[in-house]
Amino acid sequence: MNNPTARRWAEPLRVFGLVLPAWAALGVFFVAPLAIMLVISFAQRDAYGGIRPIEDLRAYLRSWQWLANYRQSFEGMYLTILWRSVWMAVATTAICILISYPVAYYIALLARPRWKNLLLVLAVVPFWTSFLIRTYAWMLILRTQGLANTVLLSSGLIHQPLDLLYNDFAVMIGLVYGELPFMILPLYASLEKLDRTLLEAAADLGAARAATFWRVTVPLTMPGIVAGVVLVFIPSIGQFIVSDLLGGAKTVLVGNLINDQFSWARNRPFGSALAFEVTAVVLATVAWYAIYARKRGGMEGL
Amino acid sequence: MDETAIVRIDNVSKHFGEPGAAGGNTFAAVDRVSLDVRRGEFFSLLGPSGCGKTTLLRMIAGLEMPTAGAIRINGAEVTHVPPYRRPVNMVFQQYALFPHLTVAQNVAFGLRYKGVATADYATKVDAALELVRLSGLGRRRPDQLSGGQRQRVALARALVLEPQVLLLDEPLGALDQKLRKEMQVELRGMQRKLDITFIFVTHDQEEALTMSDRLAVMNRGKVEQIGPAPDVFERPRTEFVARFMGAANFFDSQGGDGKFVVRPEKLHLRTAPPADPGWRCVEGRVEDRVYQGINTMWVVAGQRGRYTLYEQNVRPVRGGGPDVGDRVFVCWDQSHAVTIGGTEGE
Repeated sequence: MNNPTARRWAEPLRVFGLVLPAWAALGVFFVAPLAIMLVISFAQRDAYGGIRPIEDLRAYLRSWQWLANYRQSFEGMYLTILWRSVWMAVATTAICILISYPVAYYIALLARPRWKNLLLVLAVVPFWTSFLIRTYAWMLILRTQGLANTVLLSSGLIHQPLDLLYNDFAVMIGLVYGELPFMILPLYASLEKLDRTLLEAAADLGAARAATFWRVTVPLTMPGIVAGVVLVFIPSIGQFIVSDLLGGAKTVLVGNLINDQFSWARNRPFGSALAFEVTAVVLATVAWYAIYARKRGGMEGL
Repeated sequence: MDETAIVRIDNVSKHFGEPGAAGGNTFAAVDRVSLDVRRGEFFSLLGPSGCGKTTLLRMIAGLEMPTAGAIRINGAEVTHVPPYRRPVNMVFQQYALFPHLTVAQNVAFGLRYKGVATADYATKVDAALELVRLSGLGRRRPDQLSGGQRQRVALARALVLEPQVLLLDEPLGALDQKLRKEMQVELRGMQRKLDITFIFVTHDQEEALTMSDRLAVMNRGKVEQIGPAPDVFERPRTEFVARFMGAANFFDSQGGDGKFVVRPEKLHLRTAPPADPGWRCVEGRVEDRVYQGINTMWVVAGQRGRYTLYEQNVRPVRGGGPDVGDRVFVCWDQSHAVTIGGTEGE
């Protein structure tokens, strides 16, 4: 190894060798499927649910047929579903922030030190149970003879059972419930790092509690908020199990639509196009986060 | 009590810990302290770490609520008034600048709560930055500043609000020696110019002496002595104060069970007792001799204890004078002996 040329190449080779497995995994399990999906999304389904072969590629491209799936997704019912999915994901994220911020604030700044870990564990404990089982549990709570209605009826607050299950409300509860810890944890991390003397300084300079919160606490925990938004928004936009189980047939999200295209509509090209649109939204969210993180100097939130 | 008092601390205590805990495990950080700070003076709270000086300052700021006692500022009781409604501002130990705001935004932070019109912010901020000699740095972020500059921003941020009392919690602690000396002079000058009452917390006795009109020496949550700086330095009333204000020499009173103390710079080394009847001496052997440039420090072991004294090197030192092991007399002018009452840990 005394050959200077060999030595010059030794270090880059070693680095390459270390990075290779990760790149290979990304390529095989992420980039390749995505590429296949992208190609399929430009194709057409045949009568039996397969993919219609394209005889003349040039003519196909010139006919703009390849964009038909995307065009279709922005029409009528499909556009409504896309909109509702985005709207529901945004609402889920917003509600998660509203619920998680006080919880994380309490654990990080107000709780006695010895309770902190217990409270954090309690926030995460539901994740030791299958997501499916927890969603079924919500069905038991929300159905007509379920826990919620039983309690409300016996307390005399209502006289007739409410329709709590199989509507947007139930889906929203399921989504928020499922994503909550992904908001609490990054918020907790950034609140825990918050220098308390800054809150004291704000109070000393004349800012009451609310003013201190909006002018100091919120801006300084923005990395946690942004990380939480990314972690909650991305899974919410692709959800289909929650809307399937808690929304009944009424609340269809884009996740259900994609699922349907592959499982029984047998329209893989259309399903791929829809999936690609969701992927584009997700990538845009991640890109926004990357730009934000670079501006702040580091991925401190995630 | 004093009519000119701007801050009046009346029998204030602060206990930390859970009152209901096993064994009543509370700890008195500040224990029944009473003192007055006069309008326009530079007042220091001096003591070792853990003596309660910072806790007392934080109670004046409203960041800590007293367990007992009352605090008055300008005649109005503020004991349980939140910090944002008190006419005082604080310079924090680690400056506590808002990292997400520029220097100018930091300085302007409190203006809106003072009822200053938005149009006047710029003028006020500029004036404050000029006062601390940071003009032109308004657009920087705190992390682009040196320690000394951050310190000045913290000062400007508090002074721009024209507080009746400025509280400073060891503000020079994080600065290097040279910068520290400069800031001491500058702070003192600023205080005189602005005619604002300063309450300054420090553990550095030299710093407290240099800057203060009056100071209070604290120990274990209590005030040991309060008075003008030279008074506390020259006439310590307790053994703790005597020790804390610099190596003091203790002597037993003749025939009594009291003690008196003579400061090291007021002891003199002699080979024979002087004839002057106003002088007293004890005999001992030189244990150590340390050349320190301006002074030579002598450690003399007597029958009743060890004495430290300094002789100024007014003539060139060429190895003359008594040697280690030589018999000498430690002598002092009787009027320089100070009788002390309480002992440490009383």
